[in-house]
Amino acid sequence: MGSVIAFWILAALVVGSAVGLVVRRNPIHGALFLVVNLGGVAALYLMMHAEFLAAAQVIVYAGAIAVLFVFAIMVLIPGKEETGPDPLRAQRWLAVPLGGFLALEIALVLRSTVFTTSRSPATVPGGVEAVGRLLFTDYLFPFEVTSFLLLAALIGVMALTKRKAS
Amino acid sequence: MTGYLPVVIYLVLIVGFGVVSLLAARILRPSRPYPAKLDSYECGAETIGEAWVQFPVGFYLVALIFIVFDALAVFLFPWALSLRDFGLWAVGTMTIFLSILSLGWLYAYREGILEWK
Amino acid sequence: MTDAVDAFVAGFIVLSAVVGVVTYVTLLERKFAARMQSRIGPYRVGPHGLLQPIADALKLLMKEDIVPRLADRVVYNLAPIVFLIPGMLIFATIPFAPGLGVADLNIGILFFLAVSAMEIVGLFMAGWGSNNKYALLSAMRAVNQIISYDLPFIFTALVPVLLAGSLRLSDIATAQAGLWFVFYPVIGQLAFAAFIITTLAAENRVPFDILEAESELVAGFRVEYSGMKFALIQLGEYAHMVGTSFLGALLFLGAWAGPGPAWLGPVWFLLKAMGVFLLVTWVRWSFVRIRVDQILAISWKLLLPLSLLLLMATALVVVLRSGPGV
Repeated sequence: MGSVIAFWILAALVVGSAVGLVVRRNPIHGALFLVVNLGGVAALYLMMHAEFLAAAQVIVYAGAIAVLFVFAIMVLIPGKEETGPDPLRAQRWLAVPLGGFLALEIALVLRSTVFTTSRSPATVPGGVEAVGRLLFTDYLFPFEVTSFLLLAALIGVMALTKRKAS
Repeated sequence: MTGYLPVVIYLVLIVGFGVVSLLAARILRPSRPYPAKLDSYECGAETIGEAWVQFPVGFYLVALIFIVFDALAVFLFPWALSLRDFGLWAVGTMTIFLSILSLGWLYAYREGILEWK
Repeated sequence: MTDAVDAFVAGFIVLSAVVGVVTYVTLLERKFAARMQSRIGPYRVGPHGLLQPIADALKLLMKEDIVPRLADRVVYNLAPIVFLIPGMLIFATIPFAPGLGVADLNIGILFFLAVSAMEIVGLFMAGWGSNNKYALLSAMRAVNQIISYDLPFIFTALVPVLLAGSLRLSDIATAQAGLWFVFYPVIGQLAFAAFIITTLAAENRVPFDILEAESELVAGFRVEYSGMKFALIQLGEYAHMVGTSFLGALLFLGAWAGPGPAWLGPVWFLLKAMGVFLLVTWVRWSFVRIRVDQILAISWKLLLPLSLLLLMATALVVVLRSGPGV
């Protein structure tokens, strides 16, 4: 019972902050809503016993990614509200069919057999130790490939900013 | 998740402490604002414009490099726990992971990205 | 239901104790700093100035609250509470004695580091919401510095985790029953030294205090705050420092281990944490401020690779000492 109430409070928080992120015209307010949103999602992970995922979500997303967004805003357009006509206004109409498509997709996923077999979340190991064991056995190759991804991201960023500076 | 119930209650208590002390201050404190008092502090000079100005791109770069190594740091926690089970295997695989990433660090070092300008 | 009541009582006791200790740590710091400069420090309120923190708290409670006209009111008003939360919440997972604490989570140190990193949110909100040039510049510098030193901090905090083989803080404490990790040959001393340096930087203290360099940025990101909001920000900052000192005492100094009966454990723990705090304060009052570029260079060019190397060396030692695995 308690966890159901907690879920609905968190769900309202997550959805509400997501709406706030979209609606607010001040980019910094948007970034702050994003922090709330990501933190709420971390709490939802925690409720599903995915402790490691929750902590990683807070450290990487609510911490690092949010800082990146804030710094990007401060480097580009601090304090300025978006004014004037939206140059990409025509694309807004794309949101309707795309949103409908997403809703359809979610409906199909929820109806599929994956979720009808009720597995209690406790049977899925989400602890840090379980993640570690999987990382060095079944998922060793993806894990090592991740380092290449991170390397590519790092070098790409540096190359981009260097060209701009010169 | 019963293990986290105490943490949630503790969090509520912290927020409660903050709110109550602010409310108590609101009852006790005086409030006599006048225009000069509400000016932004600028060492006694008249405030010129807003503080929300553009910052140099260096901040953004630091944040980007931080994210990459933060993702690495997150991987270290499960690794630390399974170290005893996997022994040298775990040390070896993590060494490979770190060597690949350290190439990016070396590049940043040589290109002078780690200098603050 | 009784669980919730127990948790409420435990949380209430821990919160009160933390507020009390943190309030008096300000006096300890002022007295210590005064002695280092051949001064006496607070002396007038109560015997030897012992009532000074209470007088400070009462004064701040009665002070007028000023919200600058240009400020972003909502962000400005929320910032003190948002800043207070991580500083206080890091104490949730610290065991003050075996079984004595809010919650001895099995991901203890991960929780501590994740919550501790959230400090920058409230800090940035305070700096940005004030719409003050000093405050915003200070907040940007602070966030920049904190994220730069967060990585070496995590890596050095992982060294005791490797030695103990657990993320649970009480396990790390009991693993030091034979040998405090600070006395672990070579690795322990290096890790402890790195921990102190990164703690200094993460707490934005001299010599790493570019964010509030009094001569250029007045009081830093909290310059526009007054009254109780200022008090909450100070409380959050000092709580964060004290919490980190407790973590240092737990990771390297054997936590509650000490001579005497078991009930003395929390006292020993507190004394060790205060020892770490005073060590940091000692460094703080002994060195001059370092430039921004030097601060970032120390972290990215030196501490980051060295702490990673130390971590890998520790892993190798742990594996070789426990015999070949798999």
